[in-house]
Amino acid sequence: MANRSPIKTDRTKQERIAGSLARRYRTEWWFRFCGRLSVFIGLLFVVCLISAVASRGYPAFQQTYLRLTIKSTSDPTHNRAAGSSVKLEDQDYGALVKAAMRDLQPTVQGRPALHQLYALVSESASRTLEHRFEKNAHAAESDQVIWVLALDRVDQYVKGHISAKDPPEVRGLSDDQLGWIDQWKARGDIQLRFNSGFFTSGDSREPEQAGIGAAIVGSFLTLLIVASLSFPIGVAAAIYLEEFAPPGRWTGFLEVNINNLAAVPSIVFGLLGLVVFIKFFGLPRSVPLVGGLVLSLITLPMIIIASRAALKSVPLSIREAAYGMGASRVQVVFHHVLPLSLPTIITSAILALSRAMGESAPLLLVGMVAFVADIPQRVTDPATVLPVQVYLWARSSEAAFVERTSAAILVLLTVLLFINGVAFAVRRIFDKR
Amino acid sequence: MQTSDLVLVIILLALVGYRLGRARAIRVVGGSRLVRRLHSLPAYYGILTALWCAIPALLVIAGWQLLGDRILTDAVLREIPGHVHGLTSADRDLLGTEIENAVAGDATRNRGEIMAAVSRYQVLQRQANTAVSVACIVVALLGGVIVWRRIKPQLQARNAVEYAITAVLLMCACVAIATTIGIVLSVLFEALRFFERIPLAEFLFGLHWNPQVSSAASGSESFFGAVPLFVGTLLVALIAMMVAVPVGLFSAIYLAEYASSGFRSVSKPVLETLAGIPTVVYGFFAVLTLGPLLRDLGQSAGLAISTESALSAGLVMGVMIIPYVSSLADDMLRAVPQSLRDGSVALGATQSETIRRVVFPAAMPGIVGGILLGVSRAIGETMIVVMAAGLSANLTINPLHAVTTVTVQIVTLLAGDQELESPVTLAAFALGLSLFVITLLLNVVALQVVRRYREQYE
Repeated sequence: MANRSPIKTDRTKQERIAGSLARRYRTEWWFRFCGRLSVFIGLLFVVCLISAVASRGYPAFQQTYLRLTIKSTSDPTHNRAAGSSVKLEDQDYGALVKAAMRDLQPTVQGRPALHQLYALVSESASRTLEHRFEKNAHAAESDQVIWVLALDRVDQYVKGHISAKDPPEVRGLSDDQLGWIDQWKARGDIQLRFNSGFFTSGDSREPEQAGIGAAIVGSFLTLLIVASLSFPIGVAAAIYLEEFAPPGRWTGFLEVNINNLAAVPSIVFGLLGLVVFIKFFGLPRSVPLVGGLVLSLITLPMIIIASRAALKSVPLSIREAAYGMGASRVQVVFHHVLPLSLPTIITSAILALSRAMGESAPLLLVGMVAFVADIPQRVTDPATVLPVQVYLWARSSEAAFVERTSAAILVLLTVLLFINGVAFAVRRIFDKR
Repeated sequence: MQTSDLVLVIILLALVGYRLGRARAIRVVGGSRLVRRLHSLPAYYGILTALWCAIPALLVIAGWQLLGDRILTDAVLREIPGHVHGLTSADRDLLGTEIENAVAGDATRNRGEIMAAVSRYQVLQRQANTAVSVACIVVALLGGVIVWRRIKPQLQARNAVEYAITAVLLMCACVAIATTIGIVLSVLFEALRFFERIPLAEFLFGLHWNPQVSSAASGSESFFGAVPLFVGTLLVALIAMMVAVPVGLFSAIYLAEYASSGFRSVSKPVLETLAGIPTVVYGFFAVLTLGPLLRDLGQSAGLAISTESALSAGLVMGVMIIPYVSSLADDMLRAVPQSLRDGSVALGATQSETIRRVVFPAAMPGIVGGILLGVSRAIGETMIVVMAAGLSANLTINPLHAVTTVTVQIVTLLAGDQELESPVTLAAFALGLSLFVITLLLNVVALQVVRRYREQYE
């Protein structure tokens, strides 16, 4: 029937096709539009996320400092015998800070007002003084100008996060205090300076003193464990599976096993770490050693899978040439296949490391959420890592911590970007094929 | 001698063994010009000597590390005066733990006899350390010397070394198995102990979740019905997939089929950074920006949206999963042979018709697999929901309310210094077990789907 169909039907079919063309092109346009929109949404989110974090975080790299002038006459060491290196008590430094604060605003009278005045300087001021005086034995002999941290609320006010229009219970500063701050700002006694303490100090209950130094060191120690365990074991396992394993049930089982491990939620590894490392082996909680072990197990499947792919991509001709020269299987693998695939393997290992760096859920379970004010020295010291520090600060309700959290995220993202850049560079430089 | 020093000494001995073994191999054939008469290259004889030197000694050290404390404690306990012998084995264990703690420096409230035991322990420890150090070095020397003396041209040193290398590789591969076994055993055993106290049916079908961390003190009863958690998890995952699947698929299609190579080379890595951003960052974004934004939007529309809601957690999680869906789909789309597209276009199909009717079905297996893996990731994701979804176990399917998920509850139940024995802590392991089982099933199904579809198109 079809091949005897009259021309008339053909024409109607053509008309139908022509008639439907507009609709089909419209569909085409919409389809393409949806694709563009989707890509745009994804890119937009990246921009939104980074700009939201960056805009809130960058002020934390600066911190408000107060200029205190420590008068030599107010020096309590003055009446001691010259040359004797007697240490001052904490209270003496506190008194020095208070005296200097009174000098800043000499008109203030009365206990409540003075109390308000003293509250504007951070608790850490007396320690700053102590450091200065310890370092320089002759410091007490002349007037000393010293910059100390201001209270976090002062910092928020100077940066404009709190304004005088806010009700006093929101801004947490009285009208008097605001007036003094404005005067000091005009005089230059209060200044925004680079916040080096943010990178060197540990966590603190006081936002103005809190830093990510301890978390950075903790992250470093943890990653050290991860790198020294998961990279060699992962590559060795990949070599075994790809080059030595006899095909069969056992190898198939191993493969399925590794693929499944790669998709197990990371928090389940945290449960494993809690039971096996802490409960069974009796390792301490909150230490980089346990965190590193757990993260090693998480990254292991990733490294194995990526390394196998890299080994597989080495051309057969190279193996055959090596075998032809009389090399044994081990020699073929270690002298020829592995060196050729190493750049790719290292790249993927670095990427796995950057995944481990951002991981936090399993670490919560092995106790790395501890409040860590001291910088950890060993892998068995209590520590926390950068992402967990972000989590801890994000839970805090104080406004000053929002800024710190964002700044910590900025540091974390920068480090991750750097690690990924290194991975990219490794592949670029060493991949000869 | 400290363990680290001892290991260092062993390694040094092994290095010496390498030099000596290699030298002897050359000497037994009569000089370096005649090495061809050796079965293997001289270095292999060196390595073999070094291995025999190091491995037995290191095994001794490892054994002592694992068992030493227990052996010492037993020795100390045996020496404790007569009245202790009447103790039950449980009491003995307790006493042993007490002594070990005291030795480790945890001296909080030590009685006199414990202190005596501790000093005895330390004396024994010193003696044992010396003994182990000497034993290690003797074993190392013995192993090295025996092999060194046996070096002769016929010795198949390379085969032996390669056998050792293969064994090490196999052991490394078995770490993966050990991990799986470790997960299954640890989670399963703790979960079984939980189900001894709380019946399985109550856990799986109970509608009320309210674990009391200090149930004995407060007097209120704990409820362990996990249905609200499962519903909450599914709700958040559903919202996430409603974002991730369309956006991920369409961007994969656009990047694979339409985009110019320049645009693709820029936007694909940028999209994939979404997968590299730590999840705490997403959580923070949800709490700080999206939650308040949704709340304000809801207010202007007359809806009460809490800052912590399934919606904000789900939306952010969806964005996180986009790259998982899109990069797999992208790979699959690009793997479809060009001839299929050419054929379709030649028949007069538009590009979108070609994609929908020809390319997409051909790439289906990988895409479905990618989506299922995305679902399993959404179910197992922790930090975003911990920060953004809330803690209250509401049994609701309203995305505007706060919900809680399996992972959130695991974290809240365990992220403290709790004892490992209470039902509240054990409940976390029951949840962990269900999480593990669900994600495992999803992965197995995903792999099955991929395999079955792939057969159709090959």
